[in-house]
Amino acid sequence: MSSTISSAEVQNDWDGGGKPFKVSYGKLMMWFFIVSDALTFSGFLVSYGFARFKHIDSWPIADEVFTHFPFLHGIDAPMYYVALMTFILIFSSVTMVLAVDAGHNNNKNKVAFYMLLTIVGGAVFVGSQAWEWANFIRGEYGALETKGGQIVQFVDSENSNKRIALKDFVVANPKFREQHQSSKGLWYRDESSLPTFTIDEVSQAFFSNPNLLVRSEKINEKGKKIILSREESIEKVSQAVYVVEGANLIRNEYGNRLFADFFFFITGFHGFHVFSGVVINFIIFLNVILGTYEKRGHYEMVEKVGLYWHFVDLVWVFVFTFFYLV
Amino acid sequence: MGQNSHKLEIFRGLVKFKSNVQKIWGVLIFLSIVTIVEVALGIIKPEILMNTFLSMKLINWIFLILTIIKAYYITWDFMHMRDESFSLQASVVITLIFLMAYLAFILLVEGNYIYDVFFEGFVSWDF
Repeated sequence: MSSTISSAEVQNDWDGGGKPFKVSYGKLMMWFFIVSDALTFSGFLVSYGFARFKHIDSWPIADEVFTHFPFLHGIDAPMYYVALMTFILIFSSVTMVLAVDAGHNNNKNKVAFYMLLTIVGGAVFVGSQAWEWANFIRGEYGALETKGGQIVQFVDSENSNKRIALKDFVVANPKFREQHQSSKGLWYRDESSLPTFTIDEVSQAFFSNPNLLVRSEKINEKGKKIILSREESIEKVSQAVYVVEGANLIRNEYGNRLFADFFFFITGFHGFHVFSGVVINFIIFLNVILGTYEKRGHYEMVEKVGLYWHFVDLVWVFVFTFFYLV
Repeated sequence: MGQNSHKLEIFRGLVKFKSNVQKIWGVLIFLSIVTIVEVALGIIKPEILMNTFLSMKLINWIFLILTIIKAYYITWDFMHMRDESFSLQASVVITLIFLMAYLAFILLVEGNYIYDVFFEGFVSWDF
């Protein structure tokens, strides 16, 4: 009778006891989660691509937006900081995979040590992203928004058409207007915080300084923003309705509104993944210290959380490419 | 899973490692080189790579390909996909590549079409 055969060589998959894909339940579920989460991120990144293709001739240039590096004030350092962040995250991926490897050898102390390094790396990354956000929200130069929703930025024609910040040419008149907060007037009316300069102060300063020009959002065939002539500049500035400093979800000084929205949304969603990864890593780290997995006899939990952590690193590789490089 | 169950070759056997730990450091070095190349290209922006190829700049094609190479090594060596069965590899990778390529194709073509419509002059400025 064939049903009595039980030697390992003729074992039949239909006899049961096998694992689908020859992988444990937990790891397979983690892979399922990763696939669905990857689709979520690809949805975000592709819609970013959609917005960008729709505004292909006026999209902000990432090199001109992300130019900050800690302790280097006023120095133009495009992308160096994000590159550093990328290295930090890749390195924390390496310590994670070393922890997984130590887990295979049931080396509790090594697992704990590498998990700790991974947590530190992840925390440094989240901190860097917060710093990046702070710079993005604060802004550097300031700009005007016209009636038609275009952002115009100021350049100095005497200084080889370099960008010039509002605070370097606008003189503020004594303030006669305060921010309208609900605690000061009608309780149901308030407004967002006022920019440093009013629209009149900026346009007065612009009209009285003949060296100043504005650049539009449009990009020429060399990939540079088009700088308008003095006459066109004056016309654009007289159409301005807002002084824009930094970025929020409604408008930003870098250009297209969708640029800041996608920046906040995609890097924010990724940062949230890193943050939850750090929290989960910390819980697993505590379990390692307490000897939970030593008692259990294997460190598969470390492997599963490792899969998630590498996935977060993987997503960053794509965010880095599509937001900062391309 | 024992410690010897890892496949220790990368680049189709061109580079062989003695242990899993050694392979991890080797992959880190490779990923770092790729990232450095990307950042250097992004900062220098060589004039010759600014030419358009298949409606995208050459430099962007290079970034895209290098990114996919990095993704491959993170998945295959850090996530140990190299050691998994072929059926699991295929279920994850083919599903994702198919859906992502489809989504990217359909939305990017659509975005380009909307750009063309606006460019032809129906709207003076879209924001």
